Amino acid sequence: MAVFLWIVKKYLYIRNVLLQFHPYGIYCPQADVFIDPWKSVPKAIITHGHADHAKTGSAYYLAHHDTIPILKLRLGADTNTQGIGYNETVTINGVHISLHPAGHIIGSAQIRLEYKGEIWVVSGDYKLQNDGVCPPFEPVRCHHFVTESTFGLPVYNFPDPAIVHDNINNWWRTNNEAGKNSVIIGYSLGKAQRIMKHLDPSIGKIITHGAVHNVNQVVNVELPEAIRYIEDIKKQDIKGSIIVAPPSTMGTPWMRRFEPYSLGICSGWMQLRGSRRRRNADMGFVLSDHADWNDLNTAVKETGAENIYVTHGYKSVFAKWLRETQGLNAIEVDALYEGDESSE
Amino acid sequence: MLLFTRLFNTIDETTKTNAKVAALADYFSQASDEDAIWCVALLTGRRPRRTVKSGDLREWTIELSGLPPWLFVESYQTVGDLAETISLVIPTNKESVSYKLHEVIGDVLLMDYESEEHKKAVILNYWHTLDKNQCFVFNKLITGAFRFGVSQQLVIKALAKHYDLDDKVVAHRLSGNWKPEKTKLKDLLFSENVNDDFSKPYPFYLAYQLDTVPEELGDLNDWQIERKFDGIRGQIIVRNSEVFVWSRGEDLVTEKFPEFGRLPSLLPNGTVLDGEILPYKDNMLLPFHIMQTRIGRKILSKKFLDDAPLVMVCYDLLEYEGNDIRSLSMRERRSHLEKLISSLDQGEKPVLLLSETLECKDWTEVAEQRLQARDLQCEGLMLKHKDSVYETGRRRGNWWKWKTDALTTDGVLIYAQKGHGRRADLYTDYTFAVWDNGILVPFTKAYSGLTDKELVEVDKWIKAHTKEKFGPVRSVTPQLVFEIAFEGINPSPRHKSGIALRFPRISRWRKDKPMEEANTKQDLLDLIALQK
Repeated sequence: MAVFLWIVKKYLYIRNVLLQFHPYGIYCPQADVFIDPWKSVPKAIITHGHADHAKTGSAYYLAHHDTIPILKLRLGADTNTQGIGYNETVTINGVHISLHPAGHIIGSAQIRLEYKGEIWVVSGDYKLQNDGVCPPFEPVRCHHFVTESTFGLPVYNFPDPAIVHDNINNWWRTNNEAGKNSVIIGYSLGKAQRIMKHLDPSIGKIITHGAVHNVNQVVNVELPEAIRYIEDIKKQDIKGSIIVAPPSTMGTPWMRRFEPYSLGICSGWMQLRGSRRRRNADMGFVLSDHADWNDLNTAVKETGAENIYVTHGYKSVFAKWLRETQGLNAIEVDALYEGDESSE
Repeated sequence: MLLFTRLFNTIDETTKTNAKVAALADYFSQASDEDAIWCVALLTGRRPRRTVKSGDLREWTIELSGLPPWLFVESYQTVGDLAETISLVIPTNKESVSYKLHEVIGDVLLMDYESEEHKKAVILNYWHTLDKNQCFVFNKLITGAFRFGVSQQLVIKALAKHYDLDDKVVAHRLSGNWKPEKTKLKDLLFSENVNDDFSKPYPFYLAYQLDTVPEELGDLNDWQIERKFDGIRGQIIVRNSEVFVWSRGEDLVTEKFPEFGRLPSLLPNGTVLDGEILPYKDNMLLPFHIMQTRIGRKILSKKFLDDAPLVMVCYDLLEYEGNDIRSLSMRERRSHLEKLISSLDQGEKPVLLLSETLECKDWTEVAEQRLQARDLQCEGLMLKHKDSVYETGRRRGNWWKWKTDALTTDGVLIYAQKGHGRRADLYTDYTFAVWDNGILVPFTKAYSGLTDKELVEVDKWIKAHTKEKFGPVRSVTPQLVFEIAFEGINPSPRHKSGIALRFPRISRWRKDKPMEEANTKQDLLDLIALQK
């Protein structure tokens, strides 16, 4: 297997293909641009604003309009960026480059590259569920499709998000009635806005952690009213409220000021009992910004692509499945994306 | 089934004792008597016997899900639990048919004698009609791997609270040899007479490890000091001219110890002894591993009985002349015990010995005795307050175990495998090696000891340093060194290294140590030699 992959990789380098899996990231030699590079490069195209896809240090960044403020927030206000809309085309040295909704988080885009009739699509991270925050995933026909595989195992079948949001509100309501706070954990960019969008503000107050608040300020999403948590907020004033916080706050003294509270975590990993119990949360809500097993398969099918490159996640399993049962030329490729959920 | 599933989920999702007791009490107030007795049985480790092979379950799952077998295996390895994997990959229902717990278990037990097709039909019918949650709990029942996140003491507490009984009474009534198929919960809890079931043991009194200096315990004269033997803790019961031997796990193990068969003619009826079962020959205690070779056997040949004859070293007397004397003081029980044992005419090969009490002039001398434990095949000392009554379960205060410090060695991580349960999808099961003439040879596995944070860190490291994959096992670049603690070390022909450790666990991650400085196989052989 290893030898086979080595030959394939070698072949990809030798042949003058449109995209290469370069040690710095996914590279288009014809246009001299990198997609989501993890090293400093002259020109970068960014699929979305999560830290493992939008790394600092490049001279120029092209991304969707809604990603630009996130890049400026996270990489620095003086970052050299250019924003474009979905389905808008930029041509560099004959390569037509356009962005298409990936449905992952606000501003997330699949990147389509076309040169002399050959079409490649790099998905970045994506989901097919409509989260009500960003435009839903649009399938793009192509010859070569680069897909993620964060949840590329058949045990991941996510429930209807509408039910999950109901469960979150019911949990909040129950805690509120018992005089307890509810602390809900979700990644500050993406998950937090998705959670907030579907909260029922009639239950109580919504409090945001500073990291969540900062993102809320720059993203172009309409959200229910929330209070940023600051030190001098009195305990009795926030009784029964819901606190939206990033995973980094778990197990820190910051959390103690909300006692008594119930802890809920929103993540695709909550599908597995082992992960739920490991996180020591009171509630695990299966809510993910990635595609589950069925949706990954649907997405791959809808591109019509015959060549599939599987990156971060269960890449070897998903690639083998696509090869053996779907008859596709699928290989796993190394990428340094951790996936935003892997650290949750 | 729905009620039971809810109970399971609630207990599974909380770490808070009060919430667990409340969930149990809530269940007992709603469940029917037939269901409740099964719930109590499952909670106290009385699982229904398995009537279906896990290989068959896998086969049916693969067929039903349409997955290639290798993908099912990948999924199983990630989830780390067969019951859960099945419930996740088969098509499931939003709505569930409502079943009664005892009927489901009855169905599954009944099919033991049926054909494979019949079994398949029964199982698939449940799979088709249960929702995901209930399907998972159902699978847990039939795969026999059912473990609830509650201790026996918690179950006792909840039942005592719900039925307004004393904890100790409930503990005693739940012990012993009852079968959920044939018992009613109320009969079990409210039976007045111990002799209803004369095989019934008393719940064991267990001690915590001493966590202060012994001087804190006060006057040495108030304490009875004994050795803590390294065997099988057990209870011997003689009632109605019959003998019953119970292990600490409340398993009835009488047949495994034919040595005690002659006790009904030696001991008066109405005698219950608490002690340690140990191999003993020619007036000498033998190491634990001598006994280990015969424990797993179903049929005991004469050779086994000759090589590893067993005795009980008696610690305590719980029933004397037909009376439950657990509420007498240790001092009084001890005096009855001494009188009883010395009055027996056991002949040349005694089967009941008295656990000697150690006479020390001060705590320093006690500490010296503790240090000798390993040379005497013991784990350490037991410190029991002379006024203590015989309690139930693990308690602090009046009894303490004071074990010797564990032995340790530094090993290099060479293989890793994903864990189960809450460690699913993390590489947490490790194999360690020591040096043998410049080569690393595996000598033990260890699973526990690292913090959750360290586990995640090691997991990441393993994924980045994998050399080869053999099925679920990965070999990794030898580099990380861990200190392995263990309670004993013995020669073992069954292990490649020729060494077997008792209770190995990781005591710390030696980030400070390069792998060249890990221990050698010779170091371990020297440890074995030292014990002789």
